[in-house]
Amino acid sequence: MTALFIILVLVFILIAIWQMVKIFDLAQAGLPEDNQVATEKDNTMNAYLMMGFLAFIYIITIVCIVKWGDLPLLSNSASAHGPEIDNLMIISLVLIFVVQTITQFLLHFFAFKYKGQKGRKALFFADNNTLEAIWTIIPVITLAGLIIYGLFTWTSIMNVSEDDDPTVVELYAQQFNWKARYSGADNTLGKANVRLIDIDRANILGLDESDPNAQDDIITSELHLVVGKPVLFKMRSQDVLHSAYMPHFRAQMNCVPGMITQFGFTPTITTADMRQNPDMVDKVKHINEIRVENSKELVAKGEEALDPYEFDYLLLCNKICGKSHYNMQMKIIVQTQEEYDAWIKEQKLFKDSLVEN
Amino acid sequence: MSEHADTHAHDDDHGHHHKSTFITKYVFSTDHKMISKQYLITGVFMGIVGILMSIMFRMQIAWPEQPNVLFEALLGKWAPDGVMDADIYLALVTIHGTIMVFFVLTAGLSGTFSNLLIPLQIGARDMASGFLNMVSYWLFFVSCLIMLGSLFVEAGPAAAGWTIYPPLSALPMASSGSGMGMTLWLVSMAIFIASQLIGGLNYVVTVLNLRTKGMSMTRLPLTIWAFFVTAIIGIVSFPVLLSACLLLIMDRSFGTSFFLSDIFIQGEVLHYQGGSPVLFEHLFWFLGHPEVYIVILPAMGLVSEIMAANSRKPIFGYRAMIASILAIAFLSTIVWGHHMFVSGMNPFLGSVFTFTTLLIAIPSAVKAFNWITTIWKGNIQMNTSMLFSIGFVSTFITGGLTGIILGDSALDINVHDTYFVIAHFHLVMGISALYGMFAGIYHWYPKMFGRMMNKNLGYIHFWVTAVCAYGVFFPMHFIGMAGLPRRYYTNTNFPLFDDLADVNKVITIFAIIGGIFQLIFLYNFFVSIFYGKKATMNPWRSTTLEWTTPVEHIHGNWPGELPVVYRWAYDYSKPGQDVDFVPQNIPLQEGEEELQH
Repeated sequence: MTALFIILVLVFILIAIWQMVKIFDLAQAGLPEDNQVATEKDNTMNAYLMMGFLAFIYIITIVCIVKWGDLPLLSNSASAHGPEIDNLMIISLVLIFVVQTITQFLLHFFAFKYKGQKGRKALFFADNNTLEAIWTIIPVITLAGLIIYGLFTWTSIMNVSEDDDPTVVELYAQQFNWKARYSGADNTLGKANVRLIDIDRANILGLDESDPNAQDDIITSELHLVVGKPVLFKMRSQDVLHSAYMPHFRAQMNCVPGMITQFGFTPTITTADMRQNPDMVDKVKHINEIRVENSKELVAKGEEALDPYEFDYLLLCNKICGKSHYNMQMKIIVQTQEEYDAWIKEQKLFKDSLVEN
Repeated sequence: MSEHADTHAHDDDHGHHHKSTFITKYVFSTDHKMISKQYLITGVFMGIVGILMSIMFRMQIAWPEQPNVLFEALLGKWAPDGVMDADIYLALVTIHGTIMVFFVLTAGLSGTFSNLLIPLQIGARDMASGFLNMVSYWLFFVSCLIMLGSLFVEAGPAAAGWTIYPPLSALPMASSGSGMGMTLWLVSMAIFIASQLIGGLNYVVTVLNLRTKGMSMTRLPLTIWAFFVTAIIGIVSFPVLLSACLLLIMDRSFGTSFFLSDIFIQGEVLHYQGGSPVLFEHLFWFLGHPEVYIVILPAMGLVSEIMAANSRKPIFGYRAMIASILAIAFLSTIVWGHHMFVSGMNPFLGSVFTFTTLLIAIPSAVKAFNWITTIWKGNIQMNTSMLFSIGFVSTFITGGLTGIILGDSALDINVHDTYFVIAHFHLVMGISALYGMFAGIYHWYPKMFGRMMNKNLGYIHFWVTAVCAYGVFFPMHFIGMAGLPRRYYTNTNFPLFDDLADVNKVITIFAIIGGIFQLIFLYNFFVSIFYGKKATMNPWRSTTLEWTTPVEHIHGNWPGELPVVYRWAYDYSKPGQDVDFVPQNIPLQEGEEELQH
């Protein structure tokens, strides 16, 4: 309803505006400059508006940075490679900010300063090789730096070394939820293919029941990781493309039917520690204030209040995958080795989870 | 002398021997000027549909699952009790993208202005093949009808995103839109591609063969260079999308496995084996990335021309501008993998694509600085077209700069498919190209319709649009950097994103205001066709050849002989001249040098 009301108001404003323009035009009709080409007056007015618009660009930038610039996703990364990405991101953002501020100033200021006036003659300035060279070479140098830095970062993230002895975990995507499969004591995932899925026997991920490596695999609906221990995800999808997006860990990889993709990282902060992080405490507090406000409205309407929010790492689907794409998530819990060991001991091994026909 | 008179008579005859009926003049016309208007009006109509869709899904994001009479009225069964359904949300996102990228900013922009300006600016009577030109438009028209028709099929239109990645787009059981809706999408696009190929070949042939006497390639206005190179990119890359569409049709309807393998869905294993969705991604983006340059290059051409004319100054660095168009065109065909850094392709390929992608920033920077230098020490006439051109440079810079983040594979990991991407590409190719299109419409309206658009309505249109465009897309960078994925029907399932709800409302309000103020443009556009001030022959005092043709359109463009060209297109405020512009068909004065490079 609010939206409709806004639209109605806007439509009326619109009608008012074009009526005013009509009156304005009628007042001008018959004058020699009434040919719809910009006059000196128009030039001056729009030149000032250009400066106003420059101010608007700066203001919206500042407002966005002040209000929303303290992004917990740009700092406090929870993986070993995260700070590398964040540093590169911050360098790039600062560079963008500087170039943006200068070029927008030049553009709008020139538009203001050189507004058309009677008697002014434009400078016939068609070419200058020195200038062209300057603004070719400066971007070349800057970009060379960014490319080199970026490629080193990329290579170090994507090349998972087997020497680190990573824990191998399978991430399994289906419309519209996630499963994790741990490789058990042998640290080797059993063979699997969607053709082997047998819902009646509860073999939901299509593991090869005859493969000895599969027997001690563990399938869970929550992702538990050990802090400080490298993990290598092997990703599968059973139906359409999905993308395993773990923003806090600066990690993302698509899950592709018919192939196994991979991504590895080392979590560095436990869930418990992250909940204590001052930035995160502030963010959670802020979110809970919003949720309390929203709950009041809901309760007034006779609906249930929202649960208070507690921070958790999340795995989100980030590739359009169908109707419930917007609600395809899995909780990630980073914990100490002892906590992890205790948890994994309680989980059922694959061979024990099968249902006999 | 007698020879001269003969040609004159012949040309006159050529100009008038057609007996035109309503059908041949307005419907199945082979005249490039009429076809250009047909493209424009079709494009404007599709634009209305596309923008209306975006306003609807923005309202859903800002006020998730709230009943809304607008939804009830327009979406019917897809909005039970006025609450938008999740399937139709994805369909709206998909069709909005498809319509805006292909139907508005490819056909509507390049189709309109290539058709209008190529013959007029190179001094030709018409396109190389008027008939093929007509066929091109009508194929486009048919593809529009099919795309619009797909909105009304029982199970809903295509809803797999405008990139239609299989398997989602291939399996009707994966998404309700992947049934008849997707079939129509593919058929529509196949016809659309045919239209673009025919049009593109025609443009290339015309530019190469039909330039008038004296119009060497280095005297061409930058508009023509842009359209020429755009047409070449289209010819190179559109067939690849066509093959992707055809293979997808085979997978969908004839059981082949080009893109599908090992699929278990709704309790059964499908027979597909050995295909790969990644192959589709490669094929799609082999067009998909050049496509953004197909969209933006014509806008760049229009803006270069308009900036020079309204600054009363030659475009700065004419040769560098051509070189950067060529460099962008070349690089555009070898960067597609930057859409696929996290698709599962080999990370080494990711490195290669990072390298080629970031190189594009160089010619882009050259262009931006050349535009800024063009207005420096000018005598800037603030016509609406000039405002949109300055706006174009502004959004092109803002949107383009974030490209160095997205093109960097290491950084793309974290912002891939978030709102950061939406912000980036809407500013750099969506809004920019739209500004280019508006600039072109305001500037060449007198040439198209023989009347002027109202300048005051134009000013209001520009300033509100400019503020709203930044209001919509600038904050999106920040919600993207907060990790908000795109294409989510609602974010309420993630308390993590609760603090972004107010930003989303602000964005939507800007979008609604911006959308509604386009009505001012529509009013100005349609009313001026009939009631606008009569245009003079050269209202902007411009140097290019189209302004030497009569205001009333005639078949063959010039009543007498074709004009002869003696100079480049940018002799504005040339020292030693009495007036501040010298049209291309005026011979050099004695002792005057062409002085162009």
